[in-house]
Amino acid sequence: MIAPIRPGPLPASMQLTEDGRLRHFLTIEGLPATLLNEILERANSFLSITAQPVKKVPLLRGKTIFNLFFEPSTRTRTTFELAAKRLSADVMNMNINVSATKKGESLLDTLRNLEAMHSDMFVVRHEQSGAAQLIAQHVAPHISVINAGDGRHAHPTQAMLDVFTIRQHKGDLTALRIAIVGDILHSRVARSQIHALNTLNTGEVRVIAPKTLLPANVRNLGVHVFHSLTDGLKDVDVVIMLRLQKERMTGALLPSEHEYYRLYGLTPERLEYAHPDAIVMHPGPVNRGVEIASEVADGPQSVILEQVSNGIAVRMALMSMCLGIPSGVAA
Amino acid sequence: MKLSIQNGRVIDPANKRDEICSLHVADGKILAVGAAPDDFTAERTIDASGCLVMPGIIELSARLGEPGFEHKADIQSEAQAAVSGGITTLCCPPDTQPVIDTPGEIEFIEQRQDEVGLVKIRVMGALTKGLKGDQLAEMATLKEAGCVGVTNLYRPVASANVLRRAMEYAASLDLTVFIYPQNHELADQGCVHEGSVSTRLGLPGIPESAETAAIGFYLPLIEQTGVRAHFCRLSTAKGMKMIRRAAYDELPVTADVAIHQLLLTEIDVADFNPLCHTRPPLRSQRDKEGLQQALTNGGISAICADHTPHELDAKLSPFQSTEPGISGLETLLPLTLKLVAHGQLSLCQAVALLTAQPATVLGLETGRLEPGRPADIAIVDTDAEWRCDIDAFLSRGKNTPFNRWLMQGRVTHTLVDGRVVYRRSNGE
Repeated sequence: MIAPIRPGPLPASMQLTEDGRLRHFLTIEGLPATLLNEILERANSFLSITAQPVKKVPLLRGKTIFNLFFEPSTRTRTTFELAAKRLSADVMNMNINVSATKKGESLLDTLRNLEAMHSDMFVVRHEQSGAAQLIAQHVAPHISVINAGDGRHAHPTQAMLDVFTIRQHKGDLTALRIAIVGDILHSRVARSQIHALNTLNTGEVRVIAPKTLLPANVRNLGVHVFHSLTDGLKDVDVVIMLRLQKERMTGALLPSEHEYYRLYGLTPERLEYAHPDAIVMHPGPVNRGVEIASEVADGPQSVILEQVSNGIAVRMALMSMCLGIPSGVAA
Repeated sequence: MKLSIQNGRVIDPANKRDEICSLHVADGKILAVGAAPDDFTAERTIDASGCLVMPGIIELSARLGEPGFEHKADIQSEAQAAVSGGITTLCCPPDTQPVIDTPGEIEFIEQRQDEVGLVKIRVMGALTKGLKGDQLAEMATLKEAGCVGVTNLYRPVASANVLRRAMEYAASLDLTVFIYPQNHELADQGCVHEGSVSTRLGLPGIPESAETAAIGFYLPLIEQTGVRAHFCRLSTAKGMKMIRRAAYDELPVTADVAIHQLLLTEIDVADFNPLCHTRPPLRSQRDKEGLQQALTNGGISAICADHTPHELDAKLSPFQSTEPGISGLETLLPLTLKLVAHGQLSLCQAVALLTAQPATVLGLETGRLEPGRPADIAIVDTDAEWRCDIDAFLSRGKNTPFNRWLMQGRVTHTLVDGRVVYRRSNGE
């Protein structure tokens, strides 16, 4: 018997099994540092696979993974698909038009149908905050859910691959100053990055943006707030630029693309305020000349493309962990 | 039917009465409080020893599902829920389908009230036709048909000019305008309080200024038009202060608050609890405390349930897509008594906020226990402890964040016009 479906608050520990292993990966908030480290270590072991001539391991053979994308995305979906395929899982991509689900079939109905196809994992991208949690709360007990981005709430796999990339270049996080620049208000990536960095005891996390692009009481997330790019970049070891959506330019949030770039665009001159060895990151896709100059995006300090390839290893790690593959068998 | 309620603690704030005595009812009206007249012989007596005898509760806003939302609730189910919670009068807002903007809808609801025959239902009319905000509703006709006030709820009015004229027109009819203070542009797509929780959860927030800016906009119009205005469902401490100051300056304004705003905050929304999705949103701890203080300093005239029953599916979506509202008829009284137990207000004040004061807001003759008034009475075992259980709810709306909460105080009898419409069976 299925327990009656009832709306309600989410149990605090829903991401973990009773013995503390990862069951769903929905948000970084609340996960222990040891678990984040385990994810990073496993991702590291998968990294070598992607360099081999045969880029495949049979860890998830026979498992079925559904990519449920309620919001269009090419890049994230592709990396999830690639990660699943390298683990030998069967992958189905479902691009679900949100307006179609509104017309009658509810989100949970869609889910029931896919469950009936004996899937083992849902990778979910949705335009609304909390959608991945809602799904995880109501899926059958044998199914794992990975959040591939929900509204403005969380994008935890992106944050893990960012932390992974930072660790590759900078090692220990406790001595680092890290600045996140741009549209924090609408960014699920920024929220997840902040939780990940703080859980791993990063020396200092800064956000740099005009007030119109910062959410209320953002300090409570554990960040230092700067409105001036050059002040905020002073002595930082990592600069994370966020993508600024074009539609934000026309509203009341910003006067113009030109003024935004003048104040917050990362140019080679501005980057000089940061530590000389600082790395520059961006979750992509990059708006050249809007938030970042091409000289910086393609420059020696940029690690943007490494982020993309690391993304596959990190997602392989998360998929295998959620599906109960023990450590040590990875590579 | 002649009836005596004996030895209860009779609290009647309108007459400043709080004493253990008996109360006698004849022909649907209160005959006497204290000693019975010499020629009175009760056909039935109710022993209220150890219980509170209070006027029946007057709920300022109860959505009843009819007409148009029968998949959520119906008047039969909600009337049963109401009387089990000691409520004897429900005021129905006009956002039914069709909207209550002609006498026809009022007649329909009155007819359903008579068919069900448990609880009194009064109706709030639309301020503008179809609540669309551009053309005045036929307010005089609505008033003749029995509406207790007019409101545009949270629907926007086309312009400040339309609003001014609507308020002037209502003023000339001596109709109270019920205002839901929210600046729609500032509230935008928000669904929770703009603060730490909206930031954490990445949900679009409704800033405090959405309420205070709206109040600041309405107050001069109230002053100029001279209309009697009641502010519904205040959620911010600052907004409350503005209204209290206006009342002090002798503007004809009153205000109410929903019981959940006095017990819950934005923190309860985490993580994505759709049962705490309300409009206005649950606010900060500071707002909650400010509203609690306003219960005793005269800022708030009434506590209400803001009863909004929903079907299960209305709450089974990502948070922002869920429908706001709480099914509250059965928890209004015990939750208010919880505030009394916490020392936030006296029992007498609590009773006034649920009965006499909302009656005054709606211009009703009920809400007080004096000879000649309708015998709308609730008898409450204030010592009874029980656990809220949605499976035992009589309302069809099971959407409450208070499920499994320990409740204090339980209604044993409810009388409407001297008739026992609810009696709690023993052993339950």
